[in-house]
Amino acid sequence: MINAPLSELRRALDAREISAVELATLFLDRIDAANPALNAFITVDRDGALAAAREADARIAAGNAGPLTGIPLAHKDVFCTAGVLTSCGSKMLANFVSPYDAHVVALLKNAGTVMLGKTNMDEFAMGSSNENSHYGPAKNPWDSTRIPGGSSGGSAVAVAARLAPIATGTDTGGSVRQPAALTGVTGIKPTYGVCSRYGMVAYASSLDQAGAFGASAADCAALLSAMAGFDERDSTSLERPAEDYSRDLDKPLAGLRIGLPREFFGPGMADDVRAAVDAALAEYRKLGATTVDVSLPNAQLAIPAYYVIAPAEASSNLSRFDGVRYGHRAAEYGDLADMYEKSRAQGFGAEVKRRILVGTYVLSHGYYDAYYLKAQKLRRLIAEDFRAAFTQCDVIAGPTSPTTAWAIGEKSDDPVQMYLSDIYTIAVNLAGLPGLSHPAGFGAGGLPVGLQLIGDYFAEGRLLNAAHRFQQATDWHTRRPAAFA
Amino acid sequence: MSRSDWEVVIGLEIHAQLNTASKIFSGASTAFGAEPNRQASAVDIALPGVLPVLNRGAVERAIRFGLAIGATVAPKSVFARKNYFYPDLPKGYQISQFELPVVQGGAITIRVGEGEKAYEKTVNLTRAHLEEDAGKSLHEDFHGMSGIDLNRAGTPLLEIVSEPDMRSSAEAVAYARALHALVRWIDICDGNMQEGSFRCDANVSVRRPGGPLGTRREIKNLNSFRFLQQAIDYEVQWQIDTLEDGGRIQQATVLFDPDSGETRMMRSKEDAHDYRYFPDPDLLPLVISPEWIARVQGELPELPGAMKARFVDELGLSAYDATTLTASKEMAGYFQATVDAAGAALAKPCANWVMGDLAGRLNKAELEIADSPVTPAQLAGLVRRIADNTISNNIARKVFEALWNGEGGAGADAADRIIDAQGLKQVTDSGAIEAIVDEVLAANPKSVEEFRAGKEKAFNALVGQVMKASRGKANPAQVNDILRHKLGS
Amino acid sequence: MSLSLEQVRRVAQLARIELTDADAAATQAKLNGIFDLIEQMQAVDTTGIEPMSHPQDLATRLRTDAVSEADRRDAFQRIAPQTENGLYLVPKVIE
Repeated sequence: MINAPLSELRRALDAREISAVELATLFLDRIDAANPALNAFITVDRDGALAAAREADARIAAGNAGPLTGIPLAHKDVFCTAGVLTSCGSKMLANFVSPYDAHVVALLKNAGTVMLGKTNMDEFAMGSSNENSHYGPAKNPWDSTRIPGGSSGGSAVAVAARLAPIATGTDTGGSVRQPAALTGVTGIKPTYGVCSRYGMVAYASSLDQAGAFGASAADCAALLSAMAGFDERDSTSLERPAEDYSRDLDKPLAGLRIGLPREFFGPGMADDVRAAVDAALAEYRKLGATTVDVSLPNAQLAIPAYYVIAPAEASSNLSRFDGVRYGHRAAEYGDLADMYEKSRAQGFGAEVKRRILVGTYVLSHGYYDAYYLKAQKLRRLIAEDFRAAFTQCDVIAGPTSPTTAWAIGEKSDDPVQMYLSDIYTIAVNLAGLPGLSHPAGFGAGGLPVGLQLIGDYFAEGRLLNAAHRFQQATDWHTRRPAAFA
Repeated sequence: MSRSDWEVVIGLEIHAQLNTASKIFSGASTAFGAEPNRQASAVDIALPGVLPVLNRGAVERAIRFGLAIGATVAPKSVFARKNYFYPDLPKGYQISQFELPVVQGGAITIRVGEGEKAYEKTVNLTRAHLEEDAGKSLHEDFHGMSGIDLNRAGTPLLEIVSEPDMRSSAEAVAYARALHALVRWIDICDGNMQEGSFRCDANVSVRRPGGPLGTRREIKNLNSFRFLQQAIDYEVQWQIDTLEDGGRIQQATVLFDPDSGETRMMRSKEDAHDYRYFPDPDLLPLVISPEWIARVQGELPELPGAMKARFVDELGLSAYDATTLTASKEMAGYFQATVDAAGAALAKPCANWVMGDLAGRLNKAELEIADSPVTPAQLAGLVRRIADNTISNNIARKVFEALWNGEGGAGADAADRIIDAQGLKQVTDSGAIEAIVDEVLAANPKSVEEFRAGKEKAFNALVGQVMKASRGKANPAQVNDILRHKLGS
Repeated sequence: MSLSLEQVRRVAQLARIELTDADAAATQAKLNGIFDLIEQMQAVDTTGIEPMSHPQDLATRLRTDAVSEADRRDAFQRIAPQTENGLYLVPKVIE
């Protein structure tokens, strides 16, 4: 059951071979056993999960089950969940029990999913390794001395170690795709605006997007279908007809043109990653796809542009954390300014503080044009690069991450080193395009390698289709770390 | 050097709370007077994860205002974040508009002064933009702490910025009054200054005539026209005194203390003013179609300026009367209805009755003109009866009282019914009047003697007696003539 | 672009984050590393390019003007650090 795909779980639940309560209990027990070592979960809500499972069982019995009714899942701790701690991996919100549900959480609740708990993450979604968490790093289940990636590290670990069959995450610069690659699971970030951001604590508003983790593209498709949809409470949410992302999963790939940007296949990629990626591309060709060279000339500017725009927006989004209405307030302070300064200095970790300072600076008087405006112009160039590339291909492919998972502590002293690990994913957020990462093999030390697929706007179905066909012909996505088989 | 060697330069920034039912970015109520924080939604208190959604009604009101002042309504405008920390600003930024406001340009005509010294002036506006109001910090002391109420946070504001066109506190007040009347006229703001619906900030500087602009200081949050005038007067004098003493004016934000009548600097740090404006990524650009603008234009009521011009040109009223009557849409509407019923030829007497007796009575009874017991049709009926000599002006006052008290029924003919019922018809029969005059002359020989001796006052006493004898119904003009005639003068 | 210690302190004050002297120097070093990265933006000439703030070129949606939120003060204030009589309490605000 633990390793069964969603389709199998659905069948078993509907056939009453297993109850939702039993299924939830299976995963909850696994979490209890494994979480101390992996630190994937910040909060485990056994009582809530069992209550939801009982409701799901009632719906199943009444014949009212939907595709996800009774399916256990985990939510990244950046999503507001009413009555359950939402910490965003931060001391600032270590006491924040949200009075409302995020839209995505409400959708999944209504779909009958069973929330097991809230997963670990880099604080306020700022990070690429899950080391920036107030609750300590999450560990890569393939090698617990290594990072799982970030910022949605906990969700990726939960799925990789089968502590949950599916999990939600958020992706602002690669925070779903990169941890998926480093932990050997599938993760997708849809087009900007497809999922509602209401209740998803904001990091960089014009880049943030909710995403889905699963053991396979098929499972991701089921989860994404339930998460997507217009929300009138989010002005950036898109009004589009609902889409079933599972509909075209089985379409043959003959004729699919895969663009390979020369900028993504340069010297930055580690050899073992290159080998796995090349082999995966060969597999795609066997499935009928063709590859074509394309270019994203401004790709290398994505990182500096991102590290202006994201911190700028974050510096403003995080101003509400001031100790007045919720969250951490310093125990001792003098006047009002002192209360603000101490509460925020104590509540935020080092990386968050750094990004707030960078963001405050680039927006400040006299620097706006040279930094923020310039970065938004680069953003347009990058988006146009993709637009041009998509006239020559249907999807773009390349490595998700330049290396496999690195050791805990190895890059945490040098923020810029850390930032450079997002080199292949970041441009996708700047353009607002959909992106997916699926397991493509293993590198040195048996560490997972992910292949990234990037689609044109609203091409989520096509990305999932390509990954699904790949997964039907290969078995990388079925491998489990020995300790969690 | 005297005060007249200085030119005063004033610009006003006025924050008008728009009278929408809900807030500009959330669905909470904007109703005044609720218990603290009972009208502050998740969005208003800036919980983690919440997002703004723009209220159509706020935009509609901004369009209405732009059209009413002849401004350009921007087809595309952008919301920007104004970042600063303050407990009544939950997000740590205010959603406002910066580079691209919804209304650009525009002008309003003001009337300054009284009587012969009165003059008109056009004041140009720079822009008007939409933004959200902040919450309130209560002055009450909670054992050394301040209490924050966020009910007001998120109320839609239209910030209206004038060019620095005003040259005196009188002009500034006239402008503020005109704007106040206009926003109420077009029903975008209730104008209740005690409740904070209409707040003025004044930018004041002085300079030598023909010289460069002086450094300005901003007086914040003036919520009455009287305070506006007092604050500006004090500030101007303070700036002149400072400069004449050899000092320099530093840009500052000041508050007016009504008790002392003085302005003083706010204790906020200089760098609080780096607002780090950038377009709000949670909101997309506001696009206003020509169709929307055309529809709002079509729904605009006749504006005070146009109505005033019509009253002067077509009805022959004085500029002063026209201004007074168009001070509020309700009064103008009442007057218009009265003239419609009485006929344009009687515009002036209608105006006098509306501005005089009716306004006075309403004031005393603390009633709005909309609640007047006397309807325009009824007032028109009264005015017609004076015009056609059925009753005299004095009797008319009696009839008006009766109308006020609901006598004569609800119809337009109420005045007639009262006149008939109380037999108030004017006596215009000369014979009858002569008879009364003869009686009075006979009964008051002393007054006759005094008059003949040159005391004009005695004449008035005799007139009074005639009026009394006729129970007020004798036509006063005729009484005058006949008396004079009989007294041989 | 390189920030002086004074500039770092000023930015921290703008952002209302207390920075001890010990922190300031370490922060300065890391920030300047990040700014070196950001400087790479200047490599490309962007004259005449329109800034892009959103992936889709759309207009903001408008909401009907109607009250749709009920009073949830009790729930919201249950999680507040300090309240009294329904007000949020903060150190005295001086104007």
